[in-house]
Amino acid sequence: MSNIAITDAGPSTAAKPLLTRLGAGFVSRLVIIVPYLWLLFFFFIPFIIVFKISLSQSAIAMPPYTPVLDFTDGISGFFAGFRDLNFDNYVWLTQDALYFKAYVTSVIIAAVSTILTLLVGFPIAYGMARAPATIRPTLLMLVILPFWTSFLIRVYAWIGILKPEGLLNQLLLSLHVINQPLIILNTYTAIFIGIVYSYLPFMVLPLYSSLEKMDYSLIEAAKDLGCPPTSAFWKITFPLSLPGVIAGCLLVFIPAVGEFVIPDLLGGSQTLMIGKTLWNEFFANRDWPVSSAVAVILLLLLIVPIMLFQQAQARAQEQDK
Amino acid sequence: MNATWSRFNVTSVVLGFAFLYLPIVLLIVFSFNESKLVTVWGGFSTKWYVSLFHNQGLMDATWVTARVGVISATVATVLGTLAALTLTRYTRFRGRILFSGMVFAPLVMPEVITGLSLLLLFVAVGLDRGFVTVTLAHITLTMCFVAVVVQSRLVSFDRSLEEAAMDLGATPVKTFFQITLPVIMPAIVSGWMLAFTLSLDDLVIASFTSGPGATTLPMKIYSQVRLGVTPEINAACTILIAVVAVGVVIASVANKRREVQRQLDEQAAQRG
Amino acid sequence: MKSLGSIRRDFAPWNDPNAKPYIQFENVTKKFGDFTAVNNLSLTIFEREFFALLGASGCGKSTLLRMLAGFEEPTAGRILLDGQDLRGIPPYRRPVNMMFQSYALFPHMSVEKNIAFGLKQEGMPAPDIEKRVAEMLKLVKLEQFAKRKPHQLSGGQRQRVALARSVAKRPKVLLLDEPLGALDKKLREETQFELMDLQQNLGLTFVVVTHDQEEAMTMADRIAIIDKGEVMQVATPAEVYEAPSSRFVAHFVGNVNMFEGKVAERAANTTRITGATGAQIVVENNTDTAAGSNIVFAIRPEKIKVTSKKPADAVNALEGEVYDVAYLGDMTVYHIRLDDGQIIRASALNAARVTEDPLTWNDRAWVSFRPDAGVVLTR
Repeated sequence: MSNIAITDAGPSTAAKPLLTRLGAGFVSRLVIIVPYLWLLFFFFIPFIIVFKISLSQSAIAMPPYTPVLDFTDGISGFFAGFRDLNFDNYVWLTQDALYFKAYVTSVIIAAVSTILTLLVGFPIAYGMARAPATIRPTLLMLVILPFWTSFLIRVYAWIGILKPEGLLNQLLLSLHVINQPLIILNTYTAIFIGIVYSYLPFMVLPLYSSLEKMDYSLIEAAKDLGCPPTSAFWKITFPLSLPGVIAGCLLVFIPAVGEFVIPDLLGGSQTLMIGKTLWNEFFANRDWPVSSAVAVILLLLLIVPIMLFQQAQARAQEQDK
Repeated sequence: MNATWSRFNVTSVVLGFAFLYLPIVLLIVFSFNESKLVTVWGGFSTKWYVSLFHNQGLMDATWVTARVGVISATVATVLGTLAALTLTRYTRFRGRILFSGMVFAPLVMPEVITGLSLLLLFVAVGLDRGFVTVTLAHITLTMCFVAVVVQSRLVSFDRSLEEAAMDLGATPVKTFFQITLPVIMPAIVSGWMLAFTLSLDDLVIASFTSGPGATTLPMKIYSQVRLGVTPEINAACTILIAVVAVGVVIASVANKRREVQRQLDEQAAQRG
Repeated sequence: MKSLGSIRRDFAPWNDPNAKPYIQFENVTKKFGDFTAVNNLSLTIFEREFFALLGASGCGKSTLLRMLAGFEEPTAGRILLDGQDLRGIPPYRRPVNMMFQSYALFPHMSVEKNIAFGLKQEGMPAPDIEKRVAEMLKLVKLEQFAKRKPHQLSGGQRQRVALARSVAKRPKVLLLDEPLGALDKKLREETQFELMDLQQNLGLTFVVVTHDQEEAMTMADRIAIIDKGEVMQVATPAEVYEAPSSRFVAHFVGNVNMFEGKVAERAANTTRITGATGAQIVVENNTDTAAGSNIVFAIRPEKIKVTSKKPADAVNALEGEVYDVAYLGDMTVYHIRLDDGQIIRASALNAARVTEDPLTWNDRAWVSFRPDAGVVLTR
């Protein structure tokens, strides 16, 4: 496929049989165009619509906003609709302290859970990377396996463990560690546990792949040169695993900020997170313009981490080559 | 390496896996609980599994989910493979940065945003919410995961294989179907499996984009979970886990066997 | 210039002004962005020739091969094969085949499917394919491995499958990219001779890219030495070694000593050279040089004699001290520091088991050589 690609603009085309040229060029364009158009239509354009609707007024109708987005007038009609738009929904978001609190809480919860996930995940990844080479693939499979089982189920499983009459409290009570059942379910603690648990594989996998690539003789060399083990860890192991740390943290942090299932099932009605707020605006209040505005702000909040993530991806790809 | 697998390392791996698996194991155990109280053991029973199969709503949702999963995973595999080819093979074309952005962003994009934006698109173009819209939404999400899986295989693909095929007289199209595709097939298959599982698993995007008559299994489970933990849900989850686990175990055993056979072959080849 | 020995004296179309060139590179330039891989290069290769492109990695030799195969198009200039301009002809329509450095065996196909691949592409009838594949398997002695997959073969066997696959279509030209690079030393030496036999028997034109000078010297009829995308010299192995055209070539192939100096006096047959520190040597005229011009006299270590006393009849004899001695078994290598400071490398064949009066560290010693033992280089 190499030479048929975009190079067909060269002077060489003249000598090629017409059919081959058309065939090869056509096929290679198709390879690009089909996924490109799909993503443009189903991923990019929806964001523009979200943005536009965030500037509309909510109404009791179907769809519940005005002006109605309408492609029947063609593109000019679509743009004419922009005149009726305004920033009322964004003003509304700033006036109600609830939204501001939800954003801040979400970011803090995501950040704290990311650090917790890193603290839990690093020893696991390190232990795996140091395991005998023969059992490493099995360990890797065991980390990936929970990822194949439903996210919803895994979060659900924790309800039975954490609730006041749940398994954890039964265990602690029977061991006489506590006298009163702990209230964990429907608190922020439960959300932390849920996020750490659900996103752990996302942290362990990139960490493992960067730790596994590391040459262990580097540590031996450091020790040989008089560096004590703890200091060797901070001076050699950790810096070399940084790409994995960064990738893992971004993979946990970004989706955690907008997480819905975990705060909804484990956090109860008392906890406040933006994903849940958006969901409630949309499904309970049926206020599509406000939920769109919430989404736009959330996206703006995450744009920097998302771009960092993409850069990390691109770098990793370069290194693989 | 054996010497360096210290007690600390073993402990952290064991504790880590215990943390990962204990909740799932407890869930499975309590699906066989006689008592209706999920957390109090009342003896062994399979009655929840029996009642599960008489729950028509759950059965319908399973069927919807399976169809959405198969269709969306298949289309996503085709589109994702094309996207992976584009990313690795065509390093220079107009809009490449936007393209790679659109491939990688959905991997981390909060599901509520993706779900909301797709719903608004479907409303804007006047597409009725239902089976079709969930499938389209799942294709969009999962094709990006397929693209990443296939791309990582393509990056390590030895391009001289393709050159050799062309050198021996195969046209670019023939080269793709006779050489490139068979060689990257394992990655494409695991891409499909990943896409299928993600589709099977998705609650948030499905809730936004689905409509009447197209309730998926996660949506059904979620609505029941909100009413409280019941052994019946545990049973449903156990079956889902079992299906996935059996699939993954079969795949990895087959893989392992091939690998062992390959190593034996290679040793034999070295000897003579 | 004196004619120099060559192994296959009967085959030398490059000396025949009427011989028709088979492959011609005409002022070929290849640029990758700002980087010039091949720079205005011209080269002629004859039919049935075993031609080697020798150079360090990144010198552009592989790019030349890939342009001939059709994977790259020249930025400027043209490439002719049997008089036909190859521009615009895609690789799958060129009558040349390539053996890849990585072998590029299709991992999902058995040995026989790999060999049959090219024949299937040209639409050969199945019975003929079967016959040809059997023939090829016999040629490379892999009959009992026909059904195996590439990963079930050893390195040497894979190399032979790659070879069989690339000659199965009977190409006009076979291109070999570092064909022996992945083999260990012993296997490499054996395979060199097998490749030469194969080329003779099939009567094909071989163009081989290598960075291993020994490999090129052993196998090739002629060698092109490439540096920074340019041809430094095209000649037979003996000429390249005995009469390098430049300092670069002299250094690149084998070991060499260089005397820098000025032409002091030019007689009928000999030139007297004054070195930087005043030492004088007399060498045979093999280059046109004017008196007073700066030149270099290049001489191979084995052409220098080392003695403990000044040889009576030597034209050129310089005194120094033994700086280093390395006993290598078949020969001994001396490093002599001349009194003007220059270090000379000389090697002596250990023909007898015991050498009388062996020189050792810090001994006074004389190096001597004949006027025709080296070449005068001007660039």
